[in-house]
Amino acid sequence: MKIIIVGGGKTGATLAHTLTDEGHDVTVIDQSADRVSGICDNNDVMGLIGNGMNYSALSEAGISNADLLIAVTGSDEQNLLCCLFARKNTKCATIARIRNPMFLAETEFIKEQVGLSMAINPELEAANTISRLLRFPGAIDINSFAKGRAEMLTFKVPKGSLLDGKSLTYIRSKVEAKVLFCSVERSGEWHIPSGNFELHAGDKATIIIQPREAPKFFRQIRMETHSVKNVMIVGGGTISFYLAKQLLDTRISVKIIEMDEQRCHELAEKLPGALIIHGDASDKNLLLEEGIESTDAFVALTGFDEENVLLSLYAKEMADAKVITKVDRLIFHELIANLELDSVIYPHNLTAEEILRYVRAKQNAMGNNIETLYKLVENKVEALEFNIGENAPGLGIPLRELALKDNLIICGITRGRRFILPDGDTAIQPGDQVIVVTGRTKLNDFKDILK
Amino acid sequence: MNFQIIFYIIGYVLKIEGLLMFIPALVGLVYREKEGLSFLFLAAVILLIGWLITRIKPKNQIFYAREGFVSVALSWIVLSLFGSLPFILNGDIPRFADAFFETVSGFTTTGSTILADVEALSHASLFWRSFTHWIGGMGVLVFILSILPITGGATMHLMRAESPGPQVGKIVPKIKDTSKILYIIYTVMTVAEILILICCRMPVFDAVTLSLGSAGTGGFAIRNSGLADYSAVCQYIIAIFVILFGVNFNVYFLLIRRHLRQAARCEEARWYGIIIALSTLLIFANTLKMFSTAEEAFRHAFFQVGSIITTTGYGTTDFNLYPEFSKVILVILMFIGACAGSTGGGIKVSRIVILVKSVFNELAQIIHPRTVKKARLEGKVIDHSTMRSVNTYMAAYVLLFFASFLLISLDNMDLTTNFTAVAATLNNIGPGLNVVGPLGNFSGFSDLSKYIFCFNMLAGRLELFPMLILFNPQTWKQPFRRRKELQNAEKTTE
Repeated sequence: MKIIIVGGGKTGATLAHTLTDEGHDVTVIDQSADRVSGICDNNDVMGLIGNGMNYSALSEAGISNADLLIAVTGSDEQNLLCCLFARKNTKCATIARIRNPMFLAETEFIKEQVGLSMAINPELEAANTISRLLRFPGAIDINSFAKGRAEMLTFKVPKGSLLDGKSLTYIRSKVEAKVLFCSVERSGEWHIPSGNFELHAGDKATIIIQPREAPKFFRQIRMETHSVKNVMIVGGGTISFYLAKQLLDTRISVKIIEMDEQRCHELAEKLPGALIIHGDASDKNLLLEEGIESTDAFVALTGFDEENVLLSLYAKEMADAKVITKVDRLIFHELIANLELDSVIYPHNLTAEEILRYVRAKQNAMGNNIETLYKLVENKVEALEFNIGENAPGLGIPLRELALKDNLIICGITRGRRFILPDGDTAIQPGDQVIVVTGRTKLNDFKDILK
Repeated sequence: MNFQIIFYIIGYVLKIEGLLMFIPALVGLVYREKEGLSFLFLAAVILLIGWLITRIKPKNQIFYAREGFVSVALSWIVLSLFGSLPFILNGDIPRFADAFFETVSGFTTTGSTILADVEALSHASLFWRSFTHWIGGMGVLVFILSILPITGGATMHLMRAESPGPQVGKIVPKIKDTSKILYIIYTVMTVAEILILICCRMPVFDAVTLSLGSAGTGGFAIRNSGLADYSAVCQYIIAIFVILFGVNFNVYFLLIRRHLRQAARCEEARWYGIIIALSTLLIFANTLKMFSTAEEAFRHAFFQVGSIITTTGYGTTDFNLYPEFSKVILVILMFIGACAGSTGGGIKVSRIVILVKSVFNELAQIIHPRTVKKARLEGKVIDHSTMRSVNTYMAAYVLLFFASFLLISLDNMDLTTNFTAVAATLNNIGPGLNVVGPLGNFSGFSDLSKYIFCFNMLAGRLELFPMLILFNPQTWKQPFRRRKELQNAEKTTE
């Protein structure tokens, strides 16, 4: 696909990287020559110095035969305007980043008026992910599949749990809940496990499970899943606002620590149910005073990555709490992955992934068969959902007899309104949606998974 | 420094060279020459070496600008080394220094020769000489980029190191597609020239070799008299095609895409046209008395100007006999060179335009000290880094020019010969004046001077810096971290 990205900030650069990796033709427009040359040096994209609101710049970038325009500049108005121009003059689909909370209630209206295919709100996206994680604190990462009928959970195998040192076949015989292990990460290496694979404490295991079965499963393997009753949030930015709002709606008590007094007043105005504390969160006494030891969850959302990481490490040590850390810069993610943190959120990555999912779905209509896509394990393992057509290969054959490629596992099948966790006897039928977890990237069609 | 990946790229270059060498072998077969066998043999050997090297896929595919520069420079040296072997093996050019000079001159599209009698060469060798022009014209790595299985945007460093001009831009987002498009335009234009020349009753072998030579703006002739014996029509056709190959290829891409207005706006191509027209007229007026008809004087003026400014170096007449004024114009044209992004060499029209504009800017600054003024090219402000790179390029150019000028003067030739010989090699033109004039050759120089010329030709073709960087000791040092890693690795193996 021919894709134009307007704005070469962190999100723009991440998008340029992932989209070229997927094989799309990408052109990046930004006003800063340094940013453009930075992106062009590291990615196989075409760079253009100019303002995306300027239609002549857009047409120089080839908007007339582009398939998609993604506007991710720093300003909502600029994003909307360049999408509007593109939409009015060409058949190109548009995605705009709109992050001002003022527009939140009117997102649908704006989408309709401007003709956007998608409006992205990174802060809201991040808040959604965090609140999903807080609802199920045992997991490091949660993604939903098949319109919410199945969830993909990643969790760390704790010491002394039923899973430690046991093979998957053994676990399956002991546990009643229906579950499928689709990937295990052990000290930087990932595996797609077979029946005699043994789990060890410290492994990061990813499972597919139906949401109502999940609590049962975790009870049976004796992993405590105390639900979160109160949350301490550090930093009162936009993500905190969305998050606090969502948590308050589900009757979880929220405490926000914010340095800026003005912002505290604003938050107090907008979030009547929350406890707003004006103070510096890097002050240890303040944290202790506000009961960091007894909080169920701790979320670090300040504007500084270093502070977030340090505060999270401190919270992890002080309290038996679910700790979530926000990190903006991607460059040190390998280092951060080695720290003793629970869940780390990269808002720029979330945005990029959300857009990537849209791009894949759009390609669907152009003869490609992927419905949704999730990246697990630092972009080395992917979960894909394929639509199965009438002519797909291997229909009606039990899975145990299908010759699948290595490093690949079929994790779930959605048939009509039912979700099936497959075993060796399950066969794929036309019209199914099949979830595949794989270490191979760039699979584009269901037939690619067969040998 | 990631030596693995440099090695891998060189292996790929050899693979391509091996494949291309089968074509002269085929020519040898057509003319039933035993010289063709040496090409066949070496093609197989080079292919095998390349294949062996590329079997080891580099684990570390990290690639920075310096890896790009070094691999481009080394690739070209390796390419010329292996490319000279057939000449030695089949005895057409038995001495290594001569064969290497001839091959470097071929790949760098220079067209300087050490041969007094080219007609004595076998058809296979003649074809290979012209074919090296064609390969070198657009660049080997640009070709490889369209097939190289290395992913990631860093391969842009390769293209940047090999493509001529102060700014290298892609014409489409993907580097693979960019190089494919460039090669398609290049091939189509070459084939068109061959067909037109054949239609004008030129012998097929001559048409093919001369077209390959003019497409790469090389300049190896296959007759001792140069191009003087061909018909006037053929000379006009070659002159026009040579000038066309000296235009920035982006212009052709814009024409294909039917962005006529954008193509017409190309400032560099306009200056290029103006310079050609003006020089042709001046030389025509100056040499009118030398020829029997005005048409002849015009034809030779036009051909010589086109051939020299694009740094091709074909000659239809001995311009050594021109009056001084015309000779000086030709020498000036040698330095100006063709457009950036074409197959020609020289300093490039765009650099000259940028330099002249910056001079005028400086003058305005002196008259109105507080004025704020920006120099523009193609309607866009020339940013500071481009300006700086043009200036450093010029500085390096002048240094290199005078260093080689000094070194080759050891051979005790006259000043004009030495000066134009350096100009002809550094700008990838071919013939100079006096001893190295259109009817002369470079065989009178010592081996040392020949190697210096080889270096000049490679430096000129690769825009100086890739070749110069090889001599910077910093290039070959491992960064501290890598060195430590290696030490640790050694320790653990112990």
